[in-house]
Formats: sequence, C-alpha cells, structure tokens
Amino acid sequence: MSRSGDEAGERPGKDAGERPGTSAAENATRDAGNPAGKDAGKRSGKDAGSPAGKGAGKRPGTGEPATVLYDVPGPRARRRNLLWTVLFLAALAAAVWWVIDGLAAKNQLEAAKWEPFFTDGRAWETYLLPALRNTVVAAGLAMLLALPLGALLGIARLSDHRAVRAGAGTVVEFFRAIPVLILMLFANAAYAEFTDISPETRPLYAVVTGLVLYNASVLAEVVRAGILALPAGQTDAAKAIGMRKGQTMAYVLLPQSVTAMLPALVSQLVVIVKDTALGGAMLGFAELLASVRPMSANYGANTIACFTVVAVLFVLLNLALTTFASWLERRLRRGRRSTGAVVTASAVDDLAAPGPGEPDAPRGPDRREP
Amino acid sequence: MFDFLDGYDLLGAFWLTVQLTFWSALGSLVWGTLLAAMRVGPVPLMRAFGTAYVTIVRNIPLTVIIVFTSLGLFQTLGVSLGADRFTTINFRLAVLGLTAYTSAFVCEALRSGINTVPLGQVEAARAIGLSFPQTLRIVVLPQAFRSVVGPLANVLIALTKNTTVAAAIGVAEAALLMREMIENEAQLILISAIFAFGFICLTLPTGLLLGRLARKVAVKR
Repeated sequence: MSRSGDEAGERPGKDAGERPGTSAAENATRDAGNPAGKDAGKRSGKDAGSPAGKGAGKRPGTGEPATVLYDVPGPRARRRNLLWTVLFLAALAAAVWWVIDGLAAKNQLEAAKWEPFFTDGRAWETYLLPALRNTVVAAGLAMLLALPLGALLGIARLSDHRAVRAGAGTVVEFFRAIPVLILMLFANAAYAEFTDISPETRPLYAVVTGLVLYNASVLAEVVRAGILALPAGQTDAAKAIGMRKGQTMAYVLLPQSVTAMLPALVSQLVVIVKDTALGGAMLGFAELLASVRPMSANYGANTIACFTVVAVLFVLLNLALTTFASWLERRLRRGRRSTGAVVTASAVDDLAAPGPGEPDAPRGPDRREP
Repeated sequence: MFDFLDGYDLLGAFWLTVQLTFWSALGSLVWGTLLAAMRVGPVPLMRAFGTAYVTIVRNIPLTVIIVFTSLGLFQTLGVSLGADRFTTINFRLAVLGLTAYTSAFVCEALRSGINTVPLGQVEAARAIGLSFPQTLRIVVLPQAFRSVVGPLANVLIALTKNTTVAAAIGVAEAALLMREMIENEAQLILISAIFAFGFICLTLPTGLLLGRLARKVAVKR
C-alpha cells in the first residue's frame, strides 16, 4: 500500500530519487487516503523507523504496541516472550558477570581507579578538558574549511560545462575512495617535508587537512543532493525573471538548499568528530583517545576507567549533535516557508561511498556513514 | 624509479587489508542481521538491547573501539581469541572490533530494508500461521536483503576504508606499511599515490559491481 510512495523515492536515475525528503510525507498522505485505514497508522509508525510504532499504532485495550511483523501476543505468545526475555537476560547477565569478574581480577574496579574522574577536578583540568578541546577544535576547523570547499565542488559537479563537471567529479570520487587515515598520513609527512610548521602543531594541521579533503568531497555530494532536491520550478522561475546561471545559484538555489541540507551537514559533523580519534592513535594528536595513555599511567593503570570516560564523552558529544540534527530536520519539515525539500541526516552514509548506487537506498531508520 | 619498493611487502599488506575486510564483513553481516531481528522482534528486552547497542556503538569512534580491543580486552581481560602469536591476536582483535562497529550500520541498513517489504507480504505470512522467526526468515529478510544491496555495498566500502584503523593496534595492513615507508623512504608523493591507487582499486570496483548487482536483484514492485 505504501509501496507506491516508497517507489517514487527510490527509483535510481529519476529526479524523484534525489528527493528523500518527500517520500515519508507522501506515504503519510497515501496511507491516510487508503481504504484499509486501520493499518495505515501501524505502517506509518513503522516507516518512521520504529518497529514498535510510537503511540499511533497502539491497539486499544492492550499495552502492547502494534506492529505488522508479529501479532498482538496472546497467552502463549506472552509466555514465549517471557521465556525469551529470561533466556536473553541470563545470557546478558553471564556476559556482564564474565566482564566484571575479569575486571575485578585485574583490580580494575577499585574505587581508587575511578575516583580521579568523580572526586578530583585535576583529572579533568589536566587531561580530559584540554583533550576534549583539541577534539572539538579539530572537528570544528575541519567542518568550517570543508563546507565552502564542499559547496564549491558540489556546485562544480552541477556545472553546464563538461570539463568543470568532470574535473570536480574526479576530485570528489578520488577522495571518497581513499581512507581518511591515508590522507592524514600523507598530510603529516607532506607538512614535515615541504613546510616549516612546528612538530607540535603539525598533527593538528595533518588531522584537519585529512578531514577537510575527505569530508569536502562527501559534503560536495550532500550539496549536490540538496540542490537537486529543490523543486524544478525554482530554477524555472529564476530563469523566467531573467536571472543568469550564477544569480540563480547564488540567490535562489543555494540559500534554499542550505536549509534543506542542514540536517545532513550536522550529521556529517559526527563523522568528523569520530575521525579525529585517528589523529590521536596514529599521528600523536593530543585528543580524547590520546589522553587515555597518560591518564592511565598517572592514575595507576586504570585503563578501563579511562576508556569508559572517553567513550562516554564521545557518545555524549555525538548524541548532542545527532539530537540537534533531528530536531533541525523536524523543524525544517514543519517550516511553512521552506520548499519541503530536506536532505535527511541518514542520506550521509549513502553519499560517502564512491561510485553509483546511492539513489535506490531505502529510507527509514537513521543510517549514517560507518 | 620503483627501486624503493624493494624490501616492502606491498601486496602482502593489501592482502591483509582484504582479509580484514572479508572476515569483518562476514562477521558484521551475521551479527548485524541478528541485531536487526532483535530490533524488530516481539521481545521488548531484545528490542531495547538492539537499540542501545546501535546507538552507543555508532557514536563511539572506531579507533576507540579498536584500541580498546587491544588495551582493554587483550591486555587487561586477557582475551586472545584462541591465538598465541601477537600478529594473529591483533588481527583477530581488529576483526572483532571492526565487526562490533560495522554490524551497527548493517543493522540500520537492514532495518530500512525491512521497511520496504510491503505490508501484505507480512500479513499473508501471519495469516498462514507463520511464527515471527519464520516470517522474518522465509518472507521478510529475503526481500529486505534484495532491496538493501546498494546500502550494504556502501557499508562494505566504508568497512574497506575503515580497516586502515587496524594500524592503530599494529596490524600490518596497508596504512601501517604506508607509515613505515613514508618514514624510511624519501618518496612521499609516489608512495602516497601507490597506496591511494591501491585503495581505489579495492573500493571503486566494489561500488560498481555491487551497484550493478543491486539493480539486478532489486524487487520490482
């Protein structure tokens, strides 16, 4: 039933394929107009990425959320679910027990090894906050530099001149095909060989350079998708009032596409934040991951405690970004003045891999670049 | 011109990259499918576990996970995965880390594929009395997999690029060899070009071939 809506959004090659933003809304309207109305709520709940169907899909009289994949559990199904829950809980408990036992045997759970992060401000002042600052600075710089470069490349890929299109296309496909670590290693060595940047700041330069080269080419695809997602009428109208190509881009397409792609841009920030850790592991850049070694050396080999704190910091930082991105997406979809075109945060992962094949990506759960 | 290549096992390093990719892809396909099944399944605890796993793992840098497998799992907890040589242990730890990370992305790709399976298919499956595992195995997943070949190909390409992170725990794959060569030889541009070319040779054909496969197997609706 909602197939037709999905289909329009997924056929490769057609314009519609570039408009991930429209399919969900289409689904909703199609579902609403469908005679099999009682299923519509369930399906759209599922489309929203939640198999449990939020609120709307709940059947009256039961606490169980309705879904298409399984029936509302009866007495036997409930017993079976309970059995599975108990078995799974047992397996989970066994795993947790094994970990805790192993950690306790290595004295990793001693209060003294965790205390520095909770009772003492010095661990934060000396190690974590400067490291966190470096992570944020590298990610922020990379984003600031990659954005204009990416916009330029993205626009160049839409150029009317074949040479410009091909040139930008080659650059984008090249850098998307190469691991960001290879780019960082190259940048690090190149700065050492050809410039006189001091060895202390060189890792930052190398990390940012690698991130900019890689992410600019990913963002170029985001920008391209954002511009293509705009209704064709925008270009037609601009042409009709006599705007030139450059004016159309600068005054009509780009401003609107920027709002359309904001969610994808913020989502790409998560990728950048995560990739800064590469600099810590491979180039000696003093970011969060790199703070683990000096910290655990200073606080009596509390490796597990350090890793936990660093991982939690990364998760919190990225969750904040993700939440912001989805809030932005909801807001933009609601906005009355927008064209309704939105490049979703989940589009990012399909645009990060080289080669064709991205338009037929099914939308739904939030998918990002690995 | 290419004299500096003597003494370096370039093909061996890239072969290790391919091996890392292969085993991690296999592992994350299995674990990712299980996670997806948990996330759409009827048992609330499993759903919660799947959601928590995906949310947490996707927001931790892969580098942190890989370094943790070495410093945390191996050196602290003594997990050696049945190997006794350091190179083998590190290789297996890297595969474990890459699998744990990539399966979260496989799970999400697969879940969006499950969303494309028409409602009627599942209702018909339930109507003839198939249980949830049967519905998933016989009806839903075969169709879901066919519609996510494209996204899964993107995950595979990203995984190929991500195997370079294994260099952080000393797995002798391409990125580690590149760092070693850059340090020892005065041929920065050429060395970088060779490694860039190597990765393009791995990623571009994967994208093209699987992109073609995706169009071929896609369910026409």
